[in-house]
Amino acid sequence: MNEKRRNANLVTGVVLVSFLLLMLIVSFFYLPYPPNKMDSVNTLAMPSMQHLLGTDNFGRDILSRIMKGSQMAFGIGFGAVLTGMVVGVILGAVAGYFGGWIDEIVMRLMDAKMAFPGVILALVLITVFGNGIGNMILALGIMSIPRFCRMTRTGFMQIKEMEYIKAAKSRGISDLRIMIFHILPNISSSLLVTFTLGISSAILSEAGLSFLGLGIQPPHPSWGRMLFEAQSYLLTNPMYAVIPGVMITILVLGFNLLGDGLRDYLDHRMPQREEEA
Amino acid sequence: MRYALRKVAAAVVTLFIVSLLTFGVFQILPGNPAEIMLGVDADPLQVEALEQKLQIDKPMVERYLNWVGGAIKGDLGDSIRYQIPVGELLKSSLPVTVSLALLSILLTVVIVVPVSIYLVKNRNKKSAVIFSSLTQLGVSLPSFWVGILLILLFSVTLNLLPSGDYISFSEDPMGSFLSLILPSCAIAIGTSATVIRYLKNTLLDEMTQDYVRTARSKGLTMNQALYRHVLKNALLPSLTILGMIVVDVLGGSVIIENVFNLPGIGRLLTSGVGNRDFPLVQGIVFYLAVTVLVMNLVIDILYTVVDPRIRIEGGENR
Repeated sequence: MNEKRRNANLVTGVVLVSFLLLMLIVSFFYLPYPPNKMDSVNTLAMPSMQHLLGTDNFGRDILSRIMKGSQMAFGIGFGAVLTGMVVGVILGAVAGYFGGWIDEIVMRLMDAKMAFPGVILALVLITVFGNGIGNMILALGIMSIPRFCRMTRTGFMQIKEMEYIKAAKSRGISDLRIMIFHILPNISSSLLVTFTLGISSAILSEAGLSFLGLGIQPPHPSWGRMLFEAQSYLLTNPMYAVIPGVMITILVLGFNLLGDGLRDYLDHRMPQREEEA
Repeated sequence: MRYALRKVAAAVVTLFIVSLLTFGVFQILPGNPAEIMLGVDADPLQVEALEQKLQIDKPMVERYLNWVGGAIKGDLGDSIRYQIPVGELLKSSLPVTVSLALLSILLTVVIVVPVSIYLVKNRNKKSAVIFSSLTQLGVSLPSFWVGILLILLFSVTLNLLPSGDYISFSEDPMGSFLSLILPSCAIAIGTSATVIRYLKNTLLDEMTQDYVRTARSKGLTMNQALYRHVLKNALLPSLTILGMIVVDVLGGSVIIENVFNLPGIGRLLTSGVGNRDFPLVQGIVFYLAVTVLVMNLVIDILYTVVDPRIRIEGGENR
């Protein structure tokens, strides 16, 4: 594989994510307009000097709503994946380390989760718990458990067979201590990659649910929700339907590239890897 | 045979867990589900009627057994919102989703196979590198946004294709096709990108196998080796890929049906979620999960039929 492209993924990912992070940070200190301020004269305006990205059907400034919406996207993305990571790593660690029937149960649970295609599991959870930011994070968090669980399980299964773990065991170190201090640090780089890729799929799902009107509720600005609203005004202001989609794509693409780039970068640093020319 | 049996057993256990989950998740809410579904200011008489229907007074185990028993027989109870059996609602919207899914799968295969072969044959050329990066973009595009952009381009600007509303095949085959082509494209673009990335790597892995070297040393060109040997071997992983595509397309249709206003299972599901129509959501979700499980099981077993190696290795390893 060629070296250049490997770095290209990482570099592009870092650039895209930093751009959005910058926007996120600025949004806490400065927004061109209050994101929910309506202006009945200037509805569905095309981009202009007053409104750089135009206005929506209530005359709200799209740029301000996009900026404010980035808080939602990042908040829900990180919140959900953190939740999924904590639960997934615990389940995966226990399953991989102890094996046997615990492993069997955990894996069947993960199989069961995988049987629900796409956002369907999140839809069920929202039906039951109702929609709201907290429930959204919970639902998307549950959706991201399997990827962490599988990854952690594989790592634990491999590492627990190593000599130093056997040595630690023979010295009488407790299982919990071995798991946390001797095995977990060894999978931290894979965890980082999984985390990054998890963010992009969580954000994609959030946008999808909000687009269906089942995620973030108004008046909170959410990019998915904005797309949903924009769909009714395609004739009057097509820009309104383009901008939120571009933002979602940049964010998802950024984290995908970052994750892939990180994986290649970290893989590359590991010395013994079979390479077939 | 033992391998197949083990797979069936695992699938049955998973199916059981899925049924427990789909049933259980609707039971964990504190309070009266009838009140939750109908809202706070519902007519008490209505609430009482619904309570009767849901058999809330019966113990949970009994309700679960009733529900699963019903589900197996195709009886999922009545929808709260539409007041008719969930099964009937499903029956009327199934053709829409199935035609949408079939067309999306067809489109995906038509895109994926030639592009993957092209990428593998020209893997060192610049064009292939650019194409590979495009798949990364394709994976990141939200399907519903692609749908909106397609409407914007083909319906609003060019005025070529309808922007939604389903026409059934029996009514007007051409119109039906036209009404489904944009939504199918919206689904197929994202799905193809995922699958191309996977298939390309599978093919590249196959290309480094010893049998390819043997074929080449016998004087076959790279193309001959690719078409005569590698593609045949890559058929196996393609089975898994087909499974991936179906799951992806099913998940994608939930959102896309809403973009294009198609009265399929996906829109039924989202309206059920919006109305908190528990029996409807429960039924759809359970049947979808069963579909996925059964499909994966069939693929696993097909594998062993096509490739006896798995039977032996799978039998020994476990």
